[in-house]
Amino acid sequence: MAATSATTFSIRSTIAFGPKAGQLPPSKPSGVRFNSKNSLVSFSGLKAVTSVICESNTSFLNKESCSALRSTFARKAQSSEQRPQYALQPQASFKVAVLGAAGGIGQPLALLIKMSPLVSALHLYDVMNVKGVAADLSHCNTPSQVLDFTGPEELASALKGVNIVVIPAGVPRKPGMTRDDLFNINANIVKTLVEAVADNCPDAFIHIISNPVNSTVPIAAEVLKQKGVYDPKKLFGVTTLDVVRANTFVAQKKNLKLIDVDVPVVGGHAGITILPLLSKTMPSVSFTDEEVGDLTVRIQNAGTEVVEAKAGAGSATLSMAYAAARFVESSLRALDGDGDVYECVFVESNLTELPFFASRVKLGRNGVESLISSDLQGLTEYEQKALEALKPELKASIEKGVAFAQKQAVAA
Amino acid sequence: MQQPTSGANQRIARIAAHLHPPTLQGESSGLGRMDCRAKGGSPGFKVAVLGAAGGIGQPLAMLMKINPLVSVLHLYDVVNTPGVTADISHMDTNAVVRGFLGQQQLEDALTGMDIVIIPAGVPRKPGMTRDDLFNINAGIVKTLCEGIAKCCPKAIVNLISNPVNSTVPIAAEVFKKVGTYDPKRLLGVTMLDVVRANTFVAEVLGLDPREVDVPVVGGHAGVTILPLLSQVKPSCSLTPTEIDYLTDRIQNGGTEVVEAKTGAGSATLSMAYAAAKFADACLRGLRGDAGVIECAYVASTVTELPFFASKVRLGRAGIEEIYSLGPLNEYERAGLEKAKKELAGSIQKGVSFVRK
Repeated sequence: MAATSATTFSIRSTIAFGPKAGQLPPSKPSGVRFNSKNSLVSFSGLKAVTSVICESNTSFLNKESCSALRSTFARKAQSSEQRPQYALQPQASFKVAVLGAAGGIGQPLALLIKMSPLVSALHLYDVMNVKGVAADLSHCNTPSQVLDFTGPEELASALKGVNIVVIPAGVPRKPGMTRDDLFNINANIVKTLVEAVADNCPDAFIHIISNPVNSTVPIAAEVLKQKGVYDPKKLFGVTTLDVVRANTFVAQKKNLKLIDVDVPVVGGHAGITILPLLSKTMPSVSFTDEEVGDLTVRIQNAGTEVVEAKAGAGSATLSMAYAAARFVESSLRALDGDGDVYECVFVESNLTELPFFASRVKLGRNGVESLISSDLQGLTEYEQKALEALKPELKASIEKGVAFAQKQAVAA
Repeated sequence: MQQPTSGANQRIARIAAHLHPPTLQGESSGLGRMDCRAKGGSPGFKVAVLGAAGGIGQPLAMLMKINPLVSVLHLYDVVNTPGVTADISHMDTNAVVRGFLGQQQLEDALTGMDIVIIPAGVPRKPGMTRDDLFNINAGIVKTLCEGIAKCCPKAIVNLISNPVNSTVPIAAEVFKKVGTYDPKRLLGVTMLDVVRANTFVAEVLGLDPREVDVPVVGGHAGVTILPLLSQVKPSCSLTPTEIDYLTDRIQNGGTEVVEAKTGAGSATLSMAYAAAKFADACLRGLRGDAGVIECAYVASTVTELPFFASKVRLGRAGIEEIYSLGPLNEYERAGLEKAKKELAGSIQKGVSFVRK
């Protein structure tokens, strides 16, 4: 299977990757431990799964990433090793736009995306301060070209030709606030931005980070429907941070090696709508009832934990950027043709009677390829109860979002 | 003589070790035994970031948390560390994160560290030179280095706080006073100049910026930044116009960002990127990797100045070898003279600050 990236590097490089990745310029000796054909395209040690091809010394944490992530692959090695020199060559060929790039999440997120070898152009948009961020990032020696766009007049240009749109724009919580308290401001922001996405890059993957995700994703869906470009396979509410937190807390509690831990988290992205399926943790591990209770509550309130710790200075930015970047990386690999990309994400779903639901999905070139329904089967009693308990709140949030968008449409 | 029982206890413990297999504690490494190399087998290193709540410190802390070679990450600052620590501690990578707030916790932050990265200080505003920051940042660096001398004198120090040309000599003087100075373990981070040089040269030549390597020597401010474009890899020849443009742009890259941010700060994200890359090189050196070569501002005999940036080879003891400048063309030799003049003044300023 030839690499999809016929476009590639026209801006930057005359150098092809792939088989040549094994040859290193003399000034950078290799000392690679594994003469493995499986390599890794990860711009940082992000734990997102599957096998891809590495370009040894030219990626940021090259050998270390290879080794650290190798142990993840070791489990899934069978399928990977049988793959031929899979043409998932990390050629920069995708355009990513970050709307809200000058913000607390936007800046570190933009940095991580800038470091990705799969990105050819990075469009940074915000209502202010984004020129400085772009100038800053443009100095990093990675292949993506950074372009900045300021203000609503430039929003359209920011979005033209983009493959992935990431939306962290909006205001963060202060101590004492719930994600829903942000609704009024952030709902309007998301609506405006998604309207522009519909007009300028309707085929793009849309990653919504702006809270409350349980409502802003339905808002986005309504806006896209009104514009006639809605593709439910390409609209995502980013819940990766809940997965990241679940992994961290479970590994801490059970003394596991973090690189191996994977906990699916379903439901939504606020309080009790966050449902970590601890019984489905990989590697399989048993929890006492008390541990399940403690961990679930901790995972559900982890966001609040950070808001409190920051005492008014904001909410989770760095861990959110890390998680969002991991999901962007997964999307890029899916776009690039990798057939083994799975992530938990909040999408339009028929797994429950609710119109939107977060679950593990398989990602492909066209977005969501399938929803992993097996995750919702064989739940423990605790999880079953929690699932029933979250549905009313999630339903209400979804309906709030839909109502908002429909009212705005009528008013318009 | 020790208590006789403790020796016996130790022997018994050793013999009975098979009865008490080592359990993975919370601080276990990102590299399991099977991933460890025969030479050394280190499970990970302890890294401290002093100034972790700042503009550079935060993204830098995030990148260090992602690095699999880090087993423990200490975040220190005078404000806001609890929030940053809570945030970063949720990331699912192996480094154990601890936060330390305020000068009374500095010693706890530093004890046992292998690498200390110092981005602490104030950034430039439009119109300022790095030297204008001297007064505030010199005091900050002095205090932090006193802590390092006391708590982790063998740590490798990566100094980012500007003006690097002066703060590195300040650090050296502080360590000398206490008697813990090891010139192999004190490095001023000039990696961002290298990153910028690689990016700008790649732009001009139409290459992948990750494939370009430009040595940048001298110092870390204005004309003291000396890119040796004649030594660029892959080798290529540049026209005099290109050389002028590139040298100018590389020397003023920092100012470019300060202007673009119109008062909101200086380079933070690219600085975090460069600093994390450099810290990663130091970690690989500590682990025993061969051939880890980066440019850094260090105590040096490459020129008549006591400090000078050039390519150095990093290893278990910090700097293992400092490389000389190699052949310079006329343009570069002229640049070198200019750089040395200004650098001498900055070094002296730093030294006097401590000796005063």
